[in-house]
Amino acid sequence: MVWIAIRMLTGDATKFYGLLFGIAFSTLLITQQLTIFVNLIERGASGVYNVPSADVWVMDPVSRTTDVNLPMPSTALDRVRSVPGVEWAVPHLRAAASVRTKEGDLEGVSVIGVDDATLIGLPRRMTSGSTNVLERPDAVVIDDVGTTRFFPEGYDPVGERLELNDQRAVIMGVADAVPSFTSQVTLYTRYSRALNFVPGTRNRLSFVLVGAAPNIDAKILATRITEATGLRARTRDEFARDGIDFIIENTGIPLNFGITVMLGFLVGVAIVGLTFSLFIRDNIKQFGALKAIGVNNAKIRRMVAAQAAMVGSIGYGLGVLGTVAFIWSFSSNPTFKGFYIPWQVPLISLAAVTLILTLTGWIALRNVLKTEPAAVFR
Amino acid sequence: MSDVALAAPSDAATAIATRGVVRDFTAGQQTIRVLHGIDLDIRAGELTYLVGESGSGKTTLISIMCGILWPTEGEVRLFGTDIYKLSDNELVDFRLRNVGFIFQQYNLIPAIDAASNAAVPLIAQGVGRGEARARAIELLAALNIADQADKLPSQLSGGQQQRVAIARALVHQPRLIVCDEPTAALDARSGRRVMDLLREVALADDRSVIIVTHDNRIFDLADRILVLEDGRVTHDGRDMPKDH
Repeated sequence: MVWIAIRMLTGDATKFYGLLFGIAFSTLLITQQLTIFVNLIERGASGVYNVPSADVWVMDPVSRTTDVNLPMPSTALDRVRSVPGVEWAVPHLRAAASVRTKEGDLEGVSVIGVDDATLIGLPRRMTSGSTNVLERPDAVVIDDVGTTRFFPEGYDPVGERLELNDQRAVIMGVADAVPSFTSQVTLYTRYSRALNFVPGTRNRLSFVLVGAAPNIDAKILATRITEATGLRARTRDEFARDGIDFIIENTGIPLNFGITVMLGFLVGVAIVGLTFSLFIRDNIKQFGALKAIGVNNAKIRRMVAAQAAMVGSIGYGLGVLGTVAFIWSFSSNPTFKGFYIPWQVPLISLAAVTLILTLTGWIALRNVLKTEPAAVFR
Repeated sequence: MSDVALAAPSDAATAIATRGVVRDFTAGQQTIRVLHGIDLDIRAGELTYLVGESGSGKTTLISIMCGILWPTEGEVRLFGTDIYKLSDNELVDFRLRNVGFIFQQYNLIPAIDAASNAAVPLIAQGVGRGEARARAIELLAALNIADQADKLPSQLSGGQQQRVAIARALVHQPRLIVCDEPTAALDARSGRRVMDLLREVALADDRSVIIVTHDNRIFDLADRILVLEDGRVTHDGRDMPKDH
């Protein structure tokens, strides 16, 4: 009977494709929007992800994220270094600055000052040049978002001069970095040089990056640093989470994406529900005849379930494929750099599709089950 | 038992026996009695017509007799089984094995071919699709439309569709065939051909055929004619009463 159910469904091409479209569109909308949402809010932790070597981030107690920070006095570095269990501790500066481009435009940039000696704080991979280029005078490393923002596509920016806060800076390399939440251009330079680039205030040290000694748990070390110095210390994972939470709590992004996901669900319910109901209505005589002949309700349920499962699996597959195609086609765009589909997202959309089909299938099934076999004689 | 039922020959095997069958329908606050205590015996091997004007209760009666509509009161025995004492699932299964239906509008499934349509009762019984189709094609051959087996209902003429519907009613060899206005949409010649076909293919010693009709062009082909008026059997005989 399942075969007959499938043929009944595929035989009505308009409704079959209508159902597929409804499920595929709904899946695409839910999967794509959730994927963008997850990747976008993860950008709130990009500053942390770009420095994987730091086990603990130490900051002023009021600092919240890599971008929302209050500089500390330089003595904080020595205080942190004196805490038992600290293998190494280096200064890290993050500040905003302005760059005047060749065309004369003004662009806001983030300046990150990394440790002069070890260059800890610089992204691990370079797409052009090497990390030791920062030893040269006025050298900065630009992130790959900056290369597309400041220069034409395919242009090698190495050797280009920039006017950074009225001072000369020379791009000597391109870092392969995770873009920030706002996709702002980031310039990396040595800490000592960053102090010159960025307008001075009394305190300049944004963070102290800490490496834990062997066999010391980062969480325990962070607690120990806080107790010893009074500064806020967060493990890498905690601080990444702080960045994500900051975006969730302080922007309308979750609500907006939530609304879109809900719309995807409702559109799915509307299209699939309507088309399924029309399909059942058009075939109600046939279902009635089957019931009269001797097809019991359990078999009818299996028939409708098979129809829903078929539409669901094909439509869901198309929707997920559509999301993969979308992510793939925009992968070269810096805004979407590093975007991936977390495994939980397809599962969520699968649950949504299952709910849509269960709901609409149940409504359609009710009409079939309510149909009296005797109706075929009327 | 009513006089009408007593008129039936006692030596024939009884296919259907109804006793005191009453059926009420509710419309708003009002209850309308459509059947008033029907007592009938339908014998196997007989082609029985159920005749009456619209609203006389013949569709209700045939629905009750074949197990698709519960009577308000009374008892229906099909081949000795009190069918309304069966559970829902047992009754559905009983129908699947013992009753074949030919609907006025055929109700073929548009998306599957003639052979598969004819094979539906076998598939519903759990017979494999290949075997079910093969048995259906045999029957379509007996009905002279084997060459149309692979066509969809929309590719068949009305007469061919009706033959597919007949094949579907017979393919699982039920003991009761129920037909609803089989000649209503046909001209006189085609109607007679269908009735001849039904007589030839459907009727057997152990099988009953009941036909609901008010097509007076085919009354002469019946073994027995039951006339219903206002929910009561008012005539039972081989011929139609003269005043009809």
